[in-house]
Amino acid sequence: MTDAAATFQLDGHDVPFAPGQSILAAAQAAGHYIPHLCYHPEFAPHGSCKVCTVKVNGHTHASCTTPAHAGDVVESATDELTQLRLNLVQFLFTEGNHFCPSCEKSGSCTLQGVAYELGMTTEHYSPLFPDRPVDASHPDVLLDFNRCILCELCIRASSIHDGKHVFALSGRGITKHLIVNAATGRLADTALALSDKAMTVCPVGVILRKRHGFAVPIGQRRYDQQPISAIAGEPPDEEGAP
Amino acid sequence: MTATLDLAAIVQQHGGDPTRLVQILHDVTAVAGYVPPAAITELAARLGVARAHVEGVVGFYSFFSSEPRGRYRVRFSDNITDRMAGSEALCQRMLDAFRIELGEVSRDGLVSVDHTSCTGLGDQGPALLVNDRAIARLTPQRIGAICSLIRGDVPLHQWPENLFAIHSHVERRDRILGSTLVPGAGLAAAIARGAAATIAEVERAGLRGRGGAGFPTGAKWAACAAAPGPTRYVVCNADEGEPGTFKDRELLMNHAELVIEGMTVAAFAVGAQRGLIYLRAEYPFLVAPLGEALARRRAAGLLGRAVRGVAGFDFDIELHVGAGAYVCGEESALIESLEGKRGIPRNRPPYPVTHGYRQRPTVVNNVETLAAAALIARDGAGAVRDVGTPKSAGTKLLSVSGDVARPGIYEYPFGVTVRQVLDDAGAVAAQAVQVGGPSGTLLAAREFGRRIAFEDVPSAGAFMVFDERRDMVAVVENFAWFFAHESCGFCTPCRVGTTLAAQMMTRIATGAGSRRDVKDLARVAGVMKAASHCGLGATAGAPVVAALEKFRPAFDHRLRSLDVLPTFDLDQALAPAREATARDDRAAHFDEEGP
Repeated sequence: MTDAAATFQLDGHDVPFAPGQSILAAAQAAGHYIPHLCYHPEFAPHGSCKVCTVKVNGHTHASCTTPAHAGDVVESATDELTQLRLNLVQFLFTEGNHFCPSCEKSGSCTLQGVAYELGMTTEHYSPLFPDRPVDASHPDVLLDFNRCILCELCIRASSIHDGKHVFALSGRGITKHLIVNAATGRLADTALALSDKAMTVCPVGVILRKRHGFAVPIGQRRYDQQPISAIAGEPPDEEGAP
Repeated sequence: MTATLDLAAIVQQHGGDPTRLVQILHDVTAVAGYVPPAAITELAARLGVARAHVEGVVGFYSFFSSEPRGRYRVRFSDNITDRMAGSEALCQRMLDAFRIELGEVSRDGLVSVDHTSCTGLGDQGPALLVNDRAIARLTPQRIGAICSLIRGDVPLHQWPENLFAIHSHVERRDRILGSTLVPGAGLAAAIARGAAATIAEVERAGLRGRGGAGFPTGAKWAACAAAPGPTRYVVCNADEGEPGTFKDRELLMNHAELVIEGMTVAAFAVGAQRGLIYLRAEYPFLVAPLGEALARRRAAGLLGRAVRGVAGFDFDIELHVGAGAYVCGEESALIESLEGKRGIPRNRPPYPVTHGYRQRPTVVNNVETLAAAALIARDGAGAVRDVGTPKSAGTKLLSVSGDVARPGIYEYPFGVTVRQVLDDAGAVAAQAVQVGGPSGTLLAAREFGRRIAFEDVPSAGAFMVFDERRDMVAVVENFAWFFAHESCGFCTPCRVGTTLAAQMMTRIATGAGSRRDVKDLARVAGVMKAASHCGLGATAGAPVVAALEKFRPAFDHRLRSLDVLPTFDLDQALAPAREATARDDRAAHFDEEGP
């Protein structure tokens, strides 16, 4: 009926969308930032982090997996939803071991960028301090599982783009964790290559190139310069390394 | 003594089909007691999937392990009703007998003892599972006998059969439990009526899903029938994982043909060629009887090619056994599990009625829904429509357990009051009822006039009664850990929120909680409700929130007066040192006044 000029309302703004396009994708395309972590424009959304949760006609939905419909009234930048997102990000900080000052990804980390955007000052909940040994077996790549937020982007990139299935998940609930495709459990024994897409998609500091540390000084990195909301939708400046 | 693990044969038995992975892992576990890492590597190669995929599936299900377990794998049911019946002391007795800790394997590899979520024997608990057998009505004597049999390394098939007896406690019969079905009668009536008219009859009967959500069954069937494509499936959800629920166990044990008839009617109505029964692993005693019922119906021409002589109506059913994952009761997670994957609920839309099992149109119905559908097919809409309430037609099976004189299955017309059920079951001085299990509704005594119906208190079937002796904080703490254990971990709110909530509940229950914990509980519950991916997370905080509202004094009297307490307990931190030095004198303790 109104396909040519189909729009929905996002916090009072008219946002155009293509048939089947998600609320998040349409908002990004129109220059509106909705905080998110596990969404990546090159992969099918799966909606696990829930940070992009919005209210559509009064009901909460993950905006990355919810198709836009003409006339939808979508709320995103409200106090209520900001509080919800803040809690979800605090959950993620509580769940892993995130020590930003000593992290090579600091300043280029999406989790940190979103946390700043939401005004997070503490993780609020008692940290779970999980025991997650690093995997330094690979000659060129370090895996620091302490920072994993289980967004599954490396899993999707390796299986869909690289055709390798280097990464997968095991465990359940709070014990869910990233594993690699090797009987030894070591990254060195997988088919991972530096040129893989999976090397470039980690939003946090899990998959790191060795011998690239601090190539860009802290203070001059992506989200050190501008808040994440200001550069949403732009492609990452440098692949993989901070 | 030890059977050899022939993976080639097992994989071949399952046609080399990777979607049969969960069933394959059951076969491996039956032989080896666990899934050895080398077997994971070989299975992946034989099935043509990534090793990490197989490892991930093993790691998802409670009943699989990639680390050695005992030759006798004991799992105590850890529902609150088992605890109320003394399961913790019985479990401790067994641990002491074998000198092991919970979760440990004895040094000789003979036995391991673990907890598991509710085993669906709430009317005859405490209960446990040993390998693939269930044992109910545990007493110190029974535990002693089990320990002796294990210590003597007596093979399970030589254990006294009476140990494994599962009783049937039907206390009230109505339309379904009072029915007698001539096999094929419902199907004959459906065939005579025609597929579209059968769906219309189910719609007219007002049948709604009995698994808890209450979706109109006729609408589900109609959507599946209308979905494009030549292949359709009918799935019977027999995962009955909600703690305190055991009514499907009774239906499958004593009315299996009624349920299978319902599946066959559904298949006729929607045009399905294949059916699957997803049976929870905690009901191993139903595997053989269900297999026999299916064989009987094949022999009678009620399954197989040209069912009841109708040319082109080819339909058969296979049994699929789950592996200890409550989330697989959610229909899309169940389908993932049927496909041999981790049981993660899918994004919807698309819904299973258009993109279900193997991405084909699929009807997923609860056991009780299918039983009711068979009666509607045979007797018409009036079979259920004439009882119940206008919005909740027919009857509901309740699994009554806890502090009642007569636990068991009670079938009532919808609209029955909670008080009526309590009176009939012989409850004395009840202070609370958990209707529908942990994900359902917690009712206090002042609400016992409310009615079991979709429009008032909906129920998936559980009805757990707590009398005035019970500590409601301990009850809710048990539920909180249940959700933490059963969260699939897919989405942030449920994965992290269930664990945070459970930890806070334990802090409060052990007297280490603060008012901040109480505030945070409500906050975490709110996040889970608003943002979770599926019903598990959305309802995980409900019992806590309800208990805070309805049983607040039980919480408050446990809180220390401080608003915030340090989460680090100095005295507790000294405990390992005390144990290592075998000291427990005053100087080995830290107290408020100083060391």
